[in-house]
Amino acid sequence: MRLLIALLAGSLFGAGLFISGMTDTAKVQGWLDIFGNWDPTLAFVMGGAMIPMALAWLVRARRATALTGGPLPPPPSRRIDRPLILGSVLFGIGWGLAGLCPGPAIASLSYGGAGHWLFLAAMLTGMAVAPQLRSRLDRAVAAE
Amino acid sequence: MPMDWIWGLIGGALIGTGGAVYLLGNGRIMGASGIIGGLVDGSGRNTAVERIVFLAGVVLLPVLLTPVYRSVDTHLTENALVLVAAGLLVGLGTRLANGCTSGHGVCGMSRLSLRGFVATLSYILAGGLAVVLFRHVLGAI
Repeated sequence: MRLLIALLAGSLFGAGLFISGMTDTAKVQGWLDIFGNWDPTLAFVMGGAMIPMALAWLVRARRATALTGGPLPPPPSRRIDRPLILGSVLFGIGWGLAGLCPGPAIASLSYGGAGHWLFLAAMLTGMAVAPQLRSRLDRAVAAE
Repeated sequence: MPMDWIWGLIGGALIGTGGAVYLLGNGRIMGASGIIGGLVDGSGRNTAVERIVFLAGVVLLPVLLTPVYRSVDTHLTENALVLVAAGLLVGLGTRLANGCTSGHGVCGMSRLSLRGFVATLSYILAGGLAVVLFRHVLGAI
């Protein structure tokens, strides 16, 4: 059951990324390029995604467990720390450079061509080294 | 294309529905970087099969949709240096920040998470500055 739900969720996510145009790097860079030919599509995608998701959080508040019986996520942390800001800024620069973020990078693999595999390989490498950098950051903060 | 915003809205609603199914069904927050990253660094070993099945859905649906869709050109740069630098930054950054556009943006902001708003504002500002700098000032992308 858990696996069927994961497959359904992933399929909806993949279809949504494809249909919305978020696997088109020109659309993403067009959204970020406020001094160029600005493309507002991404705002509609975010808005469209926010509605079912906000409803789901309302339902979550009334439930003790997930449908498959496991725990539901706890309330969000309010901690704004250095890894959150630094990580988001680094991600943003990479996102602007290529116009790809992790979801669309996966969704466009089958039809995007060799460049998408190169981007994926680099992304996985970045993800693999992140824990070491994070523990260094934590130590640097602790030393202050 | 003038109808792009409608496709954006429909696609966005599908993305949000996927997140709702994953949250209420399995109790998980749908973050692409978290799902992939947990496989890469071993932190998601216990849920590896579920993660792989989710990602299979993400890859598979575009395969099924490409024959009926209007355009499948992704306009990705062919500059290998840009691709490698961007990939490294995206991978590293999303893991440091514990989330990307799906986790912090879609799932975080929809529950009014402060971290979600701060992360989303940070990566949109940084992305905007990167495009201005590398496209309009340096002409590199």
